[in-house]
This record gives sequence, structure tokens and C-alpha cells, in this order.
Amino acid sequence: MTLQAAPGSAVPAPRILPDRLVSPLRRFATSWEALLLAVAAAVFVANALASPYFLDVWNLSDATFNFTEKSIVALAMAFVIMAGEIDLSVGGIVALCSTAMGEAAAAGLGTPGLVAVGLGVGAACGLFNGLLVARLGLPSIMATIGTMSLYRGLSYLALGDGVLKGYPADFAWFGQGYAWGPLSVEFACFLALSAVAGVALHRTVFGRAVRAIGSNAFAALFSGLRVGRIRVVLFVLTGLASGLAAVMLTGRLGSTRPSIALGWELDVVTIVVLGGVSIQGGSGTMPGVVIAAFVMGLVTYGLGLLNVPGIVMSIVVGAMLIGTIALPILVGRALRRRRTA
Amino acid sequence: MGARALSSVLRFTPPRDDAAALPAPLLELRGVSKVFPGVRALDGVDLTLRPGRVTALVGENGAGKSTLVKILTGIHRPDGGEIRVKGAPVAFASPQDAEAARITAIHQETVLFDELTVAENIYLGHAPKTRLGFVDWPALRARSAALLYGLDAPIRPSTRLKDLSIAQRHLVAIARALSVDSEVVIMDEPTAALSHKEVDDLYRVIDRLKGQDKAILFISHKFEELYRIADDYAVFRDGRTVGSGRMAAIDHAGLVKLMVGRSVDQVFPKAPAVIGAPVLEVEGYSHPTEFAALSFSLRRGEILGLYGLVGAGRSELCQSLFGVTPPSDGSVRVEGREVRIRSTADAIRAGIVYVPEERGRHGAVLSMPIFENASMGCLGAVSRRGFIRSAEEFKLARHYAERFDLRAASLSQPVGTLSGGNQQKVVIGKWLATKPKVIILDEPTKGIDIGSKSAVHAFMSELAGQGLAVLMVSSELPEILGMADRVMVMREGRMAGLFERAGLTPELLVEAATGNAGSLH
Amino acid sequence: MSAASPPRAPDGVDLRAFLARREMLLVVALAALLAVVATRFPSFVTPRSLGGVFNDTSILIVMALGQAAVILTRSVDLSVAANVALTGMTVALIDAHHPGVPLALLVATALGLGLLLGAVNGALVWLLGIPPIVVTLGTLTIYRGLAFVLSGGAWINSFQFTPAFLSVPRAEVIGVPVLSWTAVAAVALAVVVFGRTGVGRSWYAVGGNPTAAVYAGIDAGRARFLAFCFSGLLSGLCGYLWVARYAVAYVDVASGFELDVIAACVIGGVSIAGGIGSVGGAVLGALFLGTIKNALPVVNVSPFAQMAISGAIIIAAVALNTRAERRRGRIILRPGASRPAPAAVAE
Repeated sequence: MTLQAAPGSAVPAPRILPDRLVSPLRRFATSWEALLLAVAAAVFVANALASPYFLDVWNLSDATFNFTEKSIVALAMAFVIMAGEIDLSVGGIVALCSTAMGEAAAAGLGTPGLVAVGLGVGAACGLFNGLLVARLGLPSIMATIGTMSLYRGLSYLALGDGVLKGYPADFAWFGQGYAWGPLSVEFACFLALSAVAGVALHRTVFGRAVRAIGSNAFAALFSGLRVGRIRVVLFVLTGLASGLAAVMLTGRLGSTRPSIALGWELDVVTIVVLGGVSIQGGSGTMPGVVIAAFVMGLVTYGLGLLNVPGIVMSIVVGAMLIGTIALPILVGRALRRRRTA
Repeated sequence: MGARALSSVLRFTPPRDDAAALPAPLLELRGVSKVFPGVRALDGVDLTLRPGRVTALVGENGAGKSTLVKILTGIHRPDGGEIRVKGAPVAFASPQDAEAARITAIHQETVLFDELTVAENIYLGHAPKTRLGFVDWPALRARSAALLYGLDAPIRPSTRLKDLSIAQRHLVAIARALSVDSEVVIMDEPTAALSHKEVDDLYRVIDRLKGQDKAILFISHKFEELYRIADDYAVFRDGRTVGSGRMAAIDHAGLVKLMVGRSVDQVFPKAPAVIGAPVLEVEGYSHPTEFAALSFSLRRGEILGLYGLVGAGRSELCQSLFGVTPPSDGSVRVEGREVRIRSTADAIRAGIVYVPEERGRHGAVLSMPIFENASMGCLGAVSRRGFIRSAEEFKLARHYAERFDLRAASLSQPVGTLSGGNQQKVVIGKWLATKPKVIILDEPTKGIDIGSKSAVHAFMSELAGQGLAVLMVSSELPEILGMADRVMVMREGRMAGLFERAGLTPELLVEAATGNAGSLH
Repeated sequence: MSAASPPRAPDGVDLRAFLARREMLLVVALAALLAVVATRFPSFVTPRSLGGVFNDTSILIVMALGQAAVILTRSVDLSVAANVALTGMTVALIDAHHPGVPLALLVATALGLGLLLGAVNGALVWLLGIPPIVVTLGTLTIYRGLAFVLSGGAWINSFQFTPAFLSVPRAEVIGVPVLSWTAVAAVALAVVVFGRTGVGRSWYAVGGNPTAAVYAGIDAGRARFLAFCFSGLLSGLCGYLWVARYAVAYVDVASGFELDVIAACVIGGVSIAGGIGSVGGAVLGALFLGTIKNALPVVNVSPFAQMAISGAIIIAAVALNTRAERRRGRIILRPGASRPAPAAVAE
């Protein structure tokens, strides 16, 4: 050690380390969320200019229906992906929950019972996923590709090419009702859950553990975190969120087919990744995911107003997914090249 | 051990030939340096390799040997200095460039491919091609067989690598080096995991390579084998070449002095310990495959050294005590009370914490900031009803940062941007925050530069002084001899000896660890 | 051991290791499956019927081979079914609107376009370093969306195709349809590429030990790029085969088929962790799935049960793979080794 204490001062003063060097404001200005927010604003303005119907409050309220359910699942999926796992079975869980509720309704169960069935089946599916991943140690992408087929397959097994209808009238409230003025029940629920998810991720021990596991599961385990248990909880939460989405979607559609929520897993993962959550786990923020959900909703709604067919919108969504990830990489490279040149 | 080995070698040393008689250098390094974020790995090293001679490269862990190997094989690019092959300056942009310059390395952990065959492993990346550009498989098999035959290695080229023993894998790696007709062969601790007989076989191979006028760079920690096979030496310390010359012209003590740079007493600030009652008592501790029937105790204020060869089961024992892998049998008592440890959380609650050998993989979450790493072991203490209290978290981190004189720009800096020594301070700080009774340190100074090493040793001493029981795994004899109150030696998963500090010699420890007392000489 | 002694090669086959291999396990499982079905429905196991099963599974086999290459390099290609839809739609449109274009040129178009789509995936993974799952999640929606843009959402029905377009895959050579022969040819190609070319071996190397691959001078990105190209090429071929076999082209062709393809690989023992897997395994995995699909209606199980059953099989296969891969940890204790006597116990 080359440090020599000055004569007379036997104990050198301890070094004072600041908590942070970069101010929170400056950190935000250079963040992914700021970029997303700018994109969202641009999409909003472009939509408003392109279609005179866009700015109508009730139209905007209508617009929220087509992405709220997926966004609720995305909130839970964000935790899963941040922990370095993935759950591709969410569409299958929605289908199985919806089927179970349909059968329960046919058996004469009332609305509270139906909601309990939907959430319960969702949680059970999530628990099964979690046990496969945490207890048997299966890679989550493969395990949930399997359960995706299994859950939707059970739905097909029960329904064949049939349809379940006959839900009680007040069941529609979850999918079609309004909580306050033009604020739908679905959207209010999404906003509330977003706040809960944000606090849980950024302010609680649980959220910290999730990020630690996603960054380095070994180090998390070697720090005494209960990695297996937390993984199970994450999958159960995703199952619950899918169950809730199934309640809303079924209430909105008023019917259940086994093909309900087909392909959701891709949209949900897209929202999460677009929101800046690293697919390798460890990093990401809840505001990012929420803004990404809005971007997706605004783009699809705006294109819809312009009579662009849904499948073409998916091109835009796919391009956004790749573009938003590729752009910072390309810009970063260009900057580095200029600096070294 | 050292002196006798030395004298036996000296007897057979040919008469000294003067420098003019030496062959011209094949490879020369002048002032090569390399900087990584947070650490200056090489600070202007010089090295000369000559055909038909074995050069021993000696240095403590973290002296820069591995970095040098990576530069010579084109994995890293140097930041300064010059590399000459047969007098002409070269720059390697990729491993292929190094291979084209006929330099090959046989790496510490043999880097081969389990699922491929022996022949494919030998020729991967430079397979003989037919005129149409396809791999010429008959030629590939025939040449592999010829190379293995030349090494006297009874291995079928069509065997999959995963079916071979570690020694056989080494032979495949050597065959790979020969397959590109290398002139410079680098061997990075090739004997670390080999049995005595396998080591002899390797020596024969090296003698053969010398006969073919290859220049060999031989990296090893085992002095006796260096005296057996090396002609020249070079010593690295803290990223610099601190000495080089003829092996015959330097004795064991001289090498150690160059390597360490000071005598053992100066390096290790071991305070005389006040040893109290047993804290940790382990009895009949066994694992299905890794260790068996281990019984020992650890007392307040004591540093128990755990010595053994790489792969003796030391880390496995520690990880089992820490609840990572469950034991199959045996009991553990902490302060007299039997504890059942089924998870790392159980271990922490029982007061046992573990600082793992691989800091980056197991010890710290490198991408997360200092304050989040520091609180990770005791999140309960800085939170209320599951909500983290940011002010308390920073307070905790600042406390240990100041106590250990942590060198960082801010507490929000990712741990991965710190130097190895400072990363270790964060990991140890994390554990002290949990108020442990037993701290297990697995190779605590591996990959840490020498200045920080003595800082780590100093607070290890301090912790023991405050009544903590310390279990220290180390492969460095000076560290064991300098720091431990008692030393336990493991060999092949079993207890091979338990020694008091008084009267301890390196020879005793090495004998117990290798199990071949007389055969070293 | 003298230098002149010939190398002693450890010879002999370990029967237990042989049976433990995934290929053998699958052969046994397939045989058992067929035997069970045969006890009640002997007609299912006639050569003609089994040939039908193989023909029906041909496309899955071809695509599983491409996917296996990608998975070997620790990647995954979710866009293969969308690739089928886009290339299938492209050649269908050309055939419907320009009946004069020879079939050979159409097949070449399918191969070329498929290769291009695979190369786009591979380039994004290689050059930008975006995780494969994200890239192919994006291109999956883009490729299928492009199929819609090309067709305007319209269907191309059987009467719009030229006769040659539809008949060639059905034409029988030595009593076996060309479609089946195509699968056989693809398997042969894969055997050569996986086992006999430097590219194929580099896939194993990159997936099995990426660090070591760098030391060996292998460009991991390039190897991965070529795996995506291989997968794209075979998917493009299947684009034509699919449309010709079912005599219809529409946007949702092969929707969700990527999961069947991945499932076939997983069942065949191709490890998602990379570096482990074989052509034989992928083919048998596809055949296993195909046989179940064909056997269910025969044994009077509702076709709607198929999805749930394949889900359960995938989970079982993944569990098997995981157990097989579980760290064959370094075992320190030597079985039967005598306990070393403590050299000096001084306590």
C-alpha cells in the first residue's frame, strides 16, 4: 500500500462516498423510459393529426379495451422476465380459465363464484409452471411451451369446436363496465395494478430479490435469497394475472372458445421487452413496461382508426420490437466509432 | 523438499554454456502491457522463449500470467509494448492469427468440446479440406491417429471427448497444439489435476517436444516440477517481469523471494489470536460423491486453514456447510446447538456465511450497485414490512465502505466496475452486516493485486480478533502458513491431516495434500 | 510403455450407455406406441398406413432439422412457421398469376426467399447481438404480416394453381410420394451438414462450449448466422411443400407450427442449452409427434385431445433432457478407494 498517513494524524479520515453521482433527473433524461415516453407522445400526436375521431374521450376509452387485458398480464410477465425466466403459457392459461368459468356458469355458478374459479384456475396453472421450473429445474421457455399446449389442449378437449355462453348478466361488468365516467373497470384495474407492480418492483424486498435473481441467480442464492420459492411465486402471480385477464376478456366477449387469447404470449412478451426489460433478466423498470403498453395500445388503435387491418399492425409491432432494441445499439456503435476515429 | 530437489537437479546440469551459444529467440516480448477496467493486469512485461528450451513462468495468482497467455493466443490485444516472432514484430487480431504464427496454448481448464470426437477436437477450426472445400474426414482421422500415436497416447480418434479422463483430455489438447505444427507451446498449469503417473507421462511428452525444437512456456506453481523440466525461468509480480535467467542459476528460496517480493512475515499481518470455545463442530460430515467422514471443529477467534490440491473437495465442503448442496450424513453444531441447514437462508440464520471463490459468478451481482450488494444478505434489517428503507440501506453500505476503505466513486457504482480487491470488500461487508459467527473464505485473495491482498489479510485477522471463527480455504502455501492457527488438509474428499501452527512446514502440508511423501524427489 | 507400442484403443460397446441414448429410447417408445395401437387396429401398422404417417410428418421432419441446427447453437427460431406462410404465399401467388413459370424456378424461389428470411434473422442476431428469441419474435409477426400485404388477405384456392404445382409432391417414385422423398433427402443433407462439414461441427462447438469455441478460432456469431440460414432455407422449401400438399394458401397457414417444430426437437433430445442433439433424434422426435397425431383418430380419441397430449409429451421430454444434462459433476470420492491415513494428526 502506498498510502502513508501524514505525521501527526494517526488515523486517516475515512473516505466519504456519495450515494450517487448522477442526479435522478439526469438519469431519467437519458433513460429508456424517456425515449418510450417520447415515442408515445409522437404516436399520440400523429394519431390526433391523422384522424379527427382520435381525441374523443369515449373513443380513447374504447381504445383501452383492446390492450388492457394483455397489459395486465404484461405487468406480471415483467417480473418473470426480470428474474431471467419467461412464461409462454399465458394465452393457454387464459383459455383454460375461460373454459373453466364457462363450465362453471353452465353449472349455475354466480358471478363471484366465476371470478373465484377464473383466478383459482389461473393460480393453479401458474403453480404448476413454477414447480416445473423451480423444483424440477426445467428451462422455463421449454416448460411453458409444453404447458401452453397442455392448458389450451385441455380447453380443446373440453370444448372441441363448441362455444360456451350463458354467463350471468352482471358478469359482463368486468369486461364492459365503467368505474367512473369514461374510465372503464378494466382500465382502472390496470392503472391500480401498475402502481402496485411499480412499488413492488422498485420499493420492496421482493422486487430487489427478483432483480438480483435475474442478474445472477448464483450470487442471489449465495446471498441467502430463497431463489426457488421466489420463482414459484412469480409464476403463480403470472397465472393469477392471466386468470384476471380471462375474467375480463370473457366478460367482454360474453363467450368462450378454446381459441380465445390465441397468440397472446407474443404480444405480452413484446410489451415487456419494448418496455426496456432485458430478455436476459436483471434490468428493467415498471414505468417502462406501462409506457410500452400505452405505445402498443395507441399504435394499434390509431392504425385501426385508419382502417389498417390488424395483421398489418402486427408488422408495425414486430418492427417496433426489433427497431427499438437495434436503434440504441447502432447509435452507440456510431458514437464509439466517432470517438475513436 | 525444495533444497533436495534443487541439489538433485544441479548435479545433472550440463556445464554452463555462455549466452552466445543459445539459439536465437523464437518469441520475444518487450514492455507488453494490458489494462482492464479497474486493474492494470500487465505493466510492461518482458519475456524471451528459445527453441528447444522450456521456460518456466512463475508468479502468484493475479501476477498477470493468464493475461499474458491470452495475449499470446490472440484472445486479448495488448495496450502497449512489442511482440516479435523470429525477430519480426507481430500483432494478433484473433486466435487464428496466433495460430498462424504457430503459437498454441493448452489452457488451465482444458477448453475442448465434450460432444465432439477426439479427432474433431484436434482439428476444429483448421480441418484438412478436400478440393471441393469439404472436410477431408479420412485424412482428419488418419492424422489424428498419427498425432496421438506420436504422443504414445492410447486414445481412439473416434471417441467422444466426454468419455475421456482429465489426463487423456490433456493429451488431446497437446495433440491439438501439435496439429497446427506449433513452434511455441504454452502450457498453463497442465499438471494441476493429474496423478503422479500421468505427470511423468507428460514430462516425457515435453522432452519429446524439446527434441523437436519447440519453445515451451510452462506455467506452474509446483517448484519441484519446474526444476525437473525447465531450462529458463521468468518471474512475474504485479504485472511486471521481476526476474529471469537460467533455472540452474537460482534456488528455490530465490524464486520465492522474487515471486513474493518480501518475506512472509511482512506480508501477513497475523495478530496473535485469543482462541475461545468451539463455535462450529462438524462430525462425520459426508456427501454422496464429493467428500466423506469429515470431523473438525472451529473455535472463537481462530483461523482454520483448509489446504489441498485443486479438486480435493474443499469448496464442495464449504458450499455444503453453507446449505447449497445437502450432505448425506453427519452433524453440524453451532455454539453447541445442532443445526439443520437445508438452504443458504438457514445457514445465514445459523450464523454461517460463505465468501465464494468465484466473486463474479457466485459472490457479487456485478451489474448491481454497491449499496444493493451490501444489503443483499440482510434485506430484512434494512426493510420494514417488506418495503426497503433507502436511507438505512445507504447507511449500512456506507458503514462498511468506510470501515474497509472502499475505493469507489459512489455507492451507486456497479460492483463489476471495481477492482478485485474492492469487490471482495463489498462481498465481505455484505456478510458482516448479517452479524455472523462463522465466516468461510474460499480463496479470499484469488485474483486480487498484492496491495489489496494484505488489506484482506489484515481484516481477516481483525475479524478473528473480534471473536469470529474463520475457515479459510487457500491454495497458496504462504497464505496458509502466514494466516492460519491450525490447518486441515483434504485429499480426494477425505481428511488427510490436521496440523497446529507450531512446527508447521510447507513440506508437511504438501505431503499430506498429495499423499506421495517420498516420491517428490 | 515403450514408444513403439501401438496405441491401445479402449474398444467395445457399452450396452447400457447405448440404450440410454435418446434415439434408442424413442425407437422403443415408437415401437411400443405402434404395438399398442396394433393390438386393436392392426390396419394402422400396415406398410401402406405407416408410409402415410411418414408422408404426413415429412414437413415436420424437414423443419425440425433446421430448428435443431439453430437450437444446437443455443438459439431458437420462432419465425419458421411465418417463413412457411410467406414463402408459401409468394410461390402460390406467382403460380396463380403467372402459370408459365416453371416449377423448378418456383422451388428455387421458395428456397431463396426462405434462405433470405433466415439470413435476416441470423444477421440481426450476429451483427446487432439481439437475443434470438427477441429477433424471431419480431420477425414472426413481420413475416406473417408481409404474407397478408402480398395477398391482401385473399386465399389462393386449389383451382387457381397449375396442375404441376400441386401434383409433384404427390407423384410417386418407387411407390413413395415425392414429399416423402424430399424428407429423406433433407435428412441425408442434414446428416452430411451436421456430421461431416466444418459448419455443422462448429454448431456443436459454439453451443457446447462458447468460450472454448473462441479459443479454437471459431466465430460464434457466424456459426449462429449459418444455422439460421439453414433453418430458413428448409422452412422456405416447406413453404412450397405445405401449400402444394394442402392445395391452399392463406395468411394463417402453419399458424403455431413453430411450436410443433420446437417440440419435435425437444422430444428428440436436442438440448435447449446448446451443443447436444443429433439428426436422428430430431427425426425420431418429429416421427413420434406425427405418429401420435395420426394414431389418435384411429384409436377413437378425440382429435381435440391431441394438443393436450403433445403438451404433456413436451413436458415429459424436457424433464428427461434436463435430467440427462444435470451436471455430471466432477466426482471427487473414488469408489472403493481406501481411506488415506492421516499423515499427521496433531490435535
